Amino acid sequence: MTTHSSQYAIKVEQLLRTFDATRAVDKISFTVEPGSITALLGGNGAGKTTTLAVLLGLLIPDSGVIHILGVDMVHDRYQALPDMNFSSPYLDLPGRLTVEENLLVYGRLYSVTNLRQQIGQLSEQLDITQFLQRPYGSLSAGQKTRVSLAKSLINQPKVLLLDEPTASLDPDTGDRIRSHLEQYVKQTGATVLLASHNMPEVERLCDQVLLMRAGQIVDRGTPQQLLQQYGLETLEELFLELARGVH
Amino acid sequence: MNHSTHFSLSRVAAMVLRYVYLLRRSWPRILELVYWPAMQMILWGLISQFFVQHSSWLAQASGVLLAAVMLWDVLFRGHLGVSLPFIEEMYARNLGHLFVSPLKVSEHITALLVISLMRTSIGLLAAALIAIALYTFNVFEMGLPLLAFFTQLIVMGWATGLGVVALILRYGLGAESLAWVLVFALAPLSAVYYPVDILPEMVQPIAAMIPASHAYEGMRTVMFEQLFRWDLFWKGAVLNILWLAIAIWLYLQAFARARQQGSLFQASE
Repeated sequence: MTTHSSQYAIKVEQLLRTFDATRAVDKISFTVEPGSITALLGGNGAGKTTTLAVLLGLLIPDSGVIHILGVDMVHDRYQALPDMNFSSPYLDLPGRLTVEENLLVYGRLYSVTNLRQQIGQLSEQLDITQFLQRPYGSLSAGQKTRVSLAKSLINQPKVLLLDEPTASLDPDTGDRIRSHLEQYVKQTGATVLLASHNMPEVERLCDQVLLMRAGQIVDRGTPQQLLQQYGLETLEELFLELARGVH
Repeated sequence: MNHSTHFSLSRVAAMVLRYVYLLRRSWPRILELVYWPAMQMILWGLISQFFVQHSSWLAQASGVLLAAVMLWDVLFRGHLGVSLPFIEEMYARNLGHLFVSPLKVSEHITALLVISLMRTSIGLLAAALIAIALYTFNVFEMGLPLLAFFTQLIVMGWATGLGVVALILRYGLGAESLAWVLVFALAPLSAVYYPVDILPEMVQPIAAMIPASHAYEGMRTVMFEQLFRWDLFWKGAVLNILWLAIAIWLYLQAFARARQQGSLFQASE
């Protein structure tokens, strides 16, 4: 078992992941401070989702080092997984189970104490109480996103990885989810790493932005630092210029 | 942070609960558990009744075909009980969520085996009750040997089921049909309804490598001679351990490959 205390919640060094000849993640290194929210920002194929999958252990890296909460994730990920969670629009929950049944199963997998109480609180906070008894498969895309987020918070994770957390949500619900995430991080000191295409979301939530292109981190900083550096007014403009290869 | 990384029965129970919820939500799934065993039993019961009047061999133990059908269903249900829940997981696009949770592969396999045992027991019980009601054949009169044959056959079903799961992990849901056909490919060599020595000599050594063939030979010995053959039992047990070990190894290899290729994240219909 390889664990050591670390000043970083997430520490990645020289992470490489290839698919045939393509370097999906090309020797990236970054750190994420505890209690902060960091965004992986980049166009399609930039390597954001692959990075998250490697951090979670769903994908084995070709080389590199990943430490989450001081745990070597390549060799000892089961030490850290109880304190982590994940939500992605690319994954689903069993559609024939009700929302409550799904949360009960995942709560037990994460050994959550006071599970019913936790489900009750999350349901109120994420506004899913009214469809707790409905099959997950019968929900709209936006409702599924909220349930998936509830699943990802069921164990009150210290490290939360989110892939497009507010995809498919209407502006009002998206705003409420962002507020909830902000509040969650403030209250628990949790660390969030998210991949997003939603620039206002990144500007509002994130302490640090990692700009990715073609598997590499091409720049990093706070949203304000990056905007000043590139002389732009919004991250949306920066995203477009990055995607079009202006920088 | 000091989490136990040991095998957790509570996580196994969580996964069993997940499959119980699935069954409870779907009456076709519940019906399917008893439908085929019931149909098989009705059909083979009638065939047995006809043959008993025309076959001196069958007249010595009229229930032998019914017992064979029931025990074949144990193998088949044991196999499906492992492979179908896994396929459900892939259709639900849920594997990624499961394997970023603290759930270990060993816990997931154990849960699949437990749910397989539950499903198979329900099917067997239904078939046994029908045999008692319609044909006054009580398979439970076999006593403890029945438990031995049940165990041998469900373990072989687990082995083939895990083998299919490994193939599905490796080749995707395109390999799903194997879940249905693989066991039937083994049926002729398993000597379900006839003695092994009926098989052509050149395939008898292959039949000897199949755990089920020893279970069925043992069952016929019990029914015709009222004798439990320990030699057959041990041969079947050793083969089952070997088959199950190979199946688990195949599964672990396929899982490692899936993590290598990223298919756990993409796996779906």
